[in-house]
Amino acid sequence: MIDIIVGHYNYWVVIFLMMAGFYTVISHGNLIKKIAGLNIFQTSVFLLYISIGYVSEGTTPIIAEGFTRYSNPLPHAMILTAIVVGVSTTALGLALVVRIKEAYGSIEEDEIHDQDKSL
Amino acid sequence: MIEQNLSLLLVVIPLLSAPVTAMLPNGRMPWLLTLTASWTCLLIAGWQLSVVIDGNVISYELGGWAPPWGIEYRIDAMNAFVALIVSAIAAITLPYALLSVEKEIPRQQTSLFYATFLLCLVGLLGIAQTGDVFNLFVFLEISSLSSYVLIAMGEQRRALTSAYQYLIMGSVGATFLLIGIGLVYVETGTLNMVDLNQRLHPILDHQTVHTGFAFIVVGIALKLALFPLHLWLPNAYKYSPSVISVFLAATATKVAVYIMLRMVFGVFSNDFVRITPTDHMFLLLGVFGVILASVAAIYQTDVKRLLAYSSIAQVSYMVLGMGLASVLGITATLVHVFNHALMKGALFMACGALVYRVGSSRFEKLDGLGRQMPWTFTAIFITGLSLVGIPGTAGFISKWYFVLAALEHQSWLIALVILLGSLLAVVYMWKIVEVMFFRPVPDSAQSVKEAPVSLLVPMWVLVIANIYFGFNTELTVNVADSAARLLGVAAYHE
Amino acid sequence: MKHNLILRVIAKYLFPVIALFAFYVQFHGDYGPGGGFQAGVILSVAFILYTLVFGLETAEQILPPHVLRILACTGVLIYAGTGVATMLMGGNFLDYNFLSLNPVEGQHIGIMLIELGVGITVSAIMLMIFFAFTGRERS
Repeated sequence: MIDIIVGHYNYWVVIFLMMAGFYTVISHGNLIKKIAGLNIFQTSVFLLYISIGYVSEGTTPIIAEGFTRYSNPLPHAMILTAIVVGVSTTALGLALVVRIKEAYGSIEEDEIHDQDKSL
Repeated sequence: MIEQNLSLLLVVIPLLSAPVTAMLPNGRMPWLLTLTASWTCLLIAGWQLSVVIDGNVISYELGGWAPPWGIEYRIDAMNAFVALIVSAIAAITLPYALLSVEKEIPRQQTSLFYATFLLCLVGLLGIAQTGDVFNLFVFLEISSLSSYVLIAMGEQRRALTSAYQYLIMGSVGATFLLIGIGLVYVETGTLNMVDLNQRLHPILDHQTVHTGFAFIVVGIALKLALFPLHLWLPNAYKYSPSVISVFLAATATKVAVYIMLRMVFGVFSNDFVRITPTDHMFLLLGVFGVILASVAAIYQTDVKRLLAYSSIAQVSYMVLGMGLASVLGITATLVHVFNHALMKGALFMACGALVYRVGSSRFEKLDGLGRQMPWTFTAIFITGLSLVGIPGTAGFISKWYFVLAALEHQSWLIALVILLGSLLAVVYMWKIVEVMFFRPVPDSAQSVKEAPVSLLVPMWVLVIANIYFGFNTELTVNVADSAARLLGVAAYHE
Repeated sequence: MKHNLILRVIAKYLFPVIALFAFYVQFHGDYGPGGGFQAGVILSVAFILYTLVFGLETAEQILPPHVLRILACTGVLIYAGTGVATMLMGGNFLDYNFLSLNPVEGQHIGIMLIELGVGITVSAIMLMIFFAFTGRERS
């Protein structure tokens, strides 16, 4: 029991961040808060990959004398790619929010929906 | 050198053209470069299909690293088929795009528009070619990000909110896919699809593998617009520019169907589908999708939204085929992928022609236009017949295969649902025909002329292809059949 | 902010330090943490600091938007061009062994070229995003 809670604490953090981010995306009506929630959700996935890819007592993956355990570079490359994708998505989302604010005058989802419905 | 690097050139040529297009001055030059790039891709895709159609498999190693350490582009009949569909739709859409884009997109954004279009093409073709799961995620995100931008370029301000909603839902879906890939990587240690299939085989009952599979299926289902997760699609197709509606409706969801097929049957294999309730879930969601989306289409007041709901229904047909999990079922799905691309491409091109002349696609603005624009109206009528599944058109072939697969599965209910979907399609297509042909022309629309020739010719190429592939089924059925067998899908009742 | 003396002087001193660190991260990607994306972001931070202190008009005199667009496209073309060059020399796409007579040296050259392409593109794009956001008229 103790091992499930304390031994795997990084996975508990992953689950907490994932749910917090996902809840923020679903429940908040403010457009910028949705993007922030999406960011938290993606960050939890990076944490998941890092905890999976950890090699204990592994050194930098460049062949050197006297070392037999090297850490695995593949999860780190995957995380870096996913971070870049997350940055691009955030930049695109924020650009859309700026245009929406200029077109509608508000960034609350309910007010935008009311303006569209009244057409 | 070209022969050796064939499958890679399909991705590299649009990738090289996109930054060059972004640097060109606005005007006709970006369009010309995009046209050249997509026609070259069509030729290469055709060449590639002719190489693999007999059952050969092309295996191309990126960077010279042998798989499973390196990224591999593995082309079998199914990949080449999807790549051919995507490049063919792009090649036919671009002559159509010349006038339509000049009308709808501001002039100073033209070169960036075509550069983003090429990036979307890179993403979709890359998904069709790759044999590595993480590379699939990267190309999926490239195509998704470009399509958010392209949708946001619509004229009305609601295009911005539609693109934002699609961005949020699409990013959540892609992140789910990433989580699923991570969980599967933990269990096996590899990212190559063939290697994953072999390594997953002995450990199919592990909890982590099941969780990873669930995340992957939900993530792809968001991109596919499968029944409960389809909310982004009607708005995205309605408010985007006409060219983008044509291109995305005919390719983006089909490529997502391909990803689902490849992940569920190619990586996780048919044995996994049998020990989990996956096929029942696909059948249930497919049935609901067909009925509910077709009924929703009947109540729409705008042609583009009606066609968007019809797209959701047709994609649910493809998922029904996957749920039947037999060679006939997968064959039916793949044949319908091809035919639906032709049908929806032609229908959305006709909508674009209407928007070009009238400025709106709402039903009240379209009264009697069938008689002012006879060529466009005939295209809608013939493609509507194909959508319903009248014999002699391509749509009939795919409906026939779906019914055959359902009867082989000994499920009368599913066959009944398929026919009911066709009946509902008659209702909503008749709605369009009635508005456009049988209502009197109002005075304000007396001066509306037929659409220009450069819009009509690509539309009629697709319409004639609809009729041609209704009679000559060799290409589609043979390729789909060999692809289904390659997936190793055994018959459900052995 | 340009009337604040401390900010002006410190920004001018910090700019070359940040740029130098960015180049260090770029070219030591082979041997330690680093590489194109990180270096591009750090380099763009230097320019963003300059823009924040001295204003958008001054920064756009150094880097007008069309120059940034050309730089971004050039980076992508360097990356794809390296791949095409390896194909022309007989190997597969991005097979660095063919870039030089000695395969190990070929790998070094290949990685350095593509990371350079990535660094140029990322710094240009980050600056384009920043200039686009700050250049919107206040509503």
